[in-house]
Amino acid sequence: MSKWVKAIRHPEVLGRRPSLEGRRPGSQRPFILRGPLRGHLRMMVLLTALFIGGLAAPALAQTKTTPRLYGIGRAATADQIAGWDIDVRPDGQGAPAGKGSVKEGEKVYNERCAACHGEFGESAGRWPQLAQGKGTLASHDPVKTVGSYFAHLSSVFDYIRRAMPFGDAQSLSNDELYAVTAYVLNLNDIVDDKFVLSRKTWGQVKMPNQGGFYDDDREKTEKAFWNSRPCMKDCRPPVKITGHAQAVDVTPDDKDKKGGVE
Amino acid sequence: MSDDLTRTSRRKFLAGAAGLSAASLAAGGAVLPARAENAKNLPPNVADWTKQLGEGVGTRAYGQPSKFEKDAVRRTVPWLTATPESSVSFTPLHALDGIITPNGLCFERHHSGIAEVDPADYRLMLHGMVDKPLIFTLDELKRLPRVNKIHFLECAANSGMEWRGAQLNGVQYTHGMVHCVQYTGVPLKLLLEQAGVQPKAKWIMAEGGDAAAMNRSIPLAKALDDCIVAYRSNGEMLRPEQGYPVRLVVPGWEGNVWVKWLRRIKVGDQPWFTREETSKYTDLLEDGKARQFTFVMDAKSVITAPSPQTPVKQKGFNIVSGLAWSGRGKIIRVDVSLDGGRNWKPARIDGPVFDKACVRFYTEFDWQGEELLLQSRAMDETGYVQPSKDALRKIRGVNSIYHNNGIQTWALKADGEVENVEVG
Repeated sequence: MSKWVKAIRHPEVLGRRPSLEGRRPGSQRPFILRGPLRGHLRMMVLLTALFIGGLAAPALAQTKTTPRLYGIGRAATADQIAGWDIDVRPDGQGAPAGKGSVKEGEKVYNERCAACHGEFGESAGRWPQLAQGKGTLASHDPVKTVGSYFAHLSSVFDYIRRAMPFGDAQSLSNDELYAVTAYVLNLNDIVDDKFVLSRKTWGQVKMPNQGGFYDDDREKTEKAFWNSRPCMKDCRPPVKITGHAQAVDVTPDDKDKKGGVE
Repeated sequence: MSDDLTRTSRRKFLAGAAGLSAASLAAGGAVLPARAENAKNLPPNVADWTKQLGEGVGTRAYGQPSKFEKDAVRRTVPWLTATPESSVSFTPLHALDGIITPNGLCFERHHSGIAEVDPADYRLMLHGMVDKPLIFTLDELKRLPRVNKIHFLECAANSGMEWRGAQLNGVQYTHGMVHCVQYTGVPLKLLLEQAGVQPKAKWIMAEGGDAAAMNRSIPLAKALDDCIVAYRSNGEMLRPEQGYPVRLVVPGWEGNVWVKWLRRIKVGDQPWFTREETSKYTDLLEDGKARQFTFVMDAKSVITAPSPQTPVKQKGFNIVSGLAWSGRGKIIRVDVSLDGGRNWKPARIDGPVFDKACVRFYTEFDWQGEELLLQSRAMDETGYVQPSKDALRKIRGVNSIYHNNGIQTWALKADGEVENVEVG
């Protein structure tokens, strides 16, 4: 015999964040607590509250609800997880057992990769270029390769492991995977001809552009874009057209001619 | 979207600027001619369809648009990418109105083609820093409490070909990597609660089941905020192109993190720095350094008509119609300029306004054949105002590929044709 349950009372399913509804335009404090930072800030506030204890602790306890468990879904077995758990982090966590040398990698690369990426990683046609491009990132024509742009060995290794060769994904053995990664590093002069890549040597690989990235800072560097009273009248001198898409002429055509004003 | 895409386009752009003949007066991408009229069907005559029986029920088990609406299709730009399996097709924004994108017209971005997943063999694995690793079948996901939310999805590379100047002549190509549908699915928070997230966890990794096994890191705070493990779009099951049977919905954030054919969510204490969030989907600035984890899509708008694919046909009363959206919340206002941004007037927003969803705006104008420079400018509830392209370039240069939300200019010419132009 069935009976009503309280499933509908799950907070995620009852409309969320009602305070956002009907908020008056402009009544929001500008962007400081929004975006990806918001979560971190909120967490910091909560953590601070925890440390301070006393007054703050009961407030936290009030907002925390015990999640409802539905008893739906099955336990994932270690064996099931092992088959899909292929991700690898910068610190090498997740890297499988195995090893491969630059020399072995050259063979794998020439058979499985060179047709698209070029014999020396220079790219055949429009496929991604894997090597060269050093010193181009600040130029008019940046060339992003493993050597010039990638900040982490794991980004290369994890990607090959899950997605390459294109059209025959997850077909390389672990040794082949290590070997071909070592060879791509070698094409970029990151490791020498004798290098053997494995979990043991993982930490020896230094990517040239590893300091080339920083976290999203738009809320600081583009602060000027938050402006609740944008200009409405005589905002700029008369406007001139400085470029035409038709002159560039790279838009796919439909054969039919269009009609103009009737 | 790959760098190759903009590198190729840059070459073409430079070639064009160097003086390729502008012979193709008919350029302008995919504009169809006005259909010739047939006097037999016009009054005082009685049309064929008024006299004859049409097809019976059941002949169209899954209904299709009228055969006369052939213009409303996704289109590609073949020179952009090396292969159609890792490429993009564009939503025909010029042919649509309202805020909802029909399922069959939502732009596509695949990294290894469209995975055809048998729902009987679909599994979602949830593991890592959780108390109880879990596996769900599709039927099990469908048994859990669900939500319905309307959200836009924009590819971070939308308008990415326009950084160096006006290049593609059609709103479908300049802005067509966005769509907006209603998703039905299970809040990700609810699923994570079933597994029990451990206190030290800070990030999750979402992974696809396609042959790219696309994977992205997402801060746990976002996962617990408004992400949805969705299986329906506009009421029906997701289309294969959109990740059937299950995709991740990450409201307001770049499309690449909305992993399709979702097969695995792993919980961890730091980001994975996957290829897609390091060598791609990072924003290279002029000094050679790049921003990473630029998840949020800033407020943006575009006039969808008139536009190069929908020229103005008649003088007199006309309507500007456009779309606006923001990854930071609700759109509160859209302004329209007819003179290239010198003077602005608030547009009328019509239809519902949802959090991190498209809104539709209209401005009416009387046109007597003068040349106009049409622009639109969106504002969201955080006070963010869509910047000009030049204001963006001043901060970011022209190499960043992604997150180009600059103001678009369409030049309406005396003959009613519309062209994508750059203004200064």
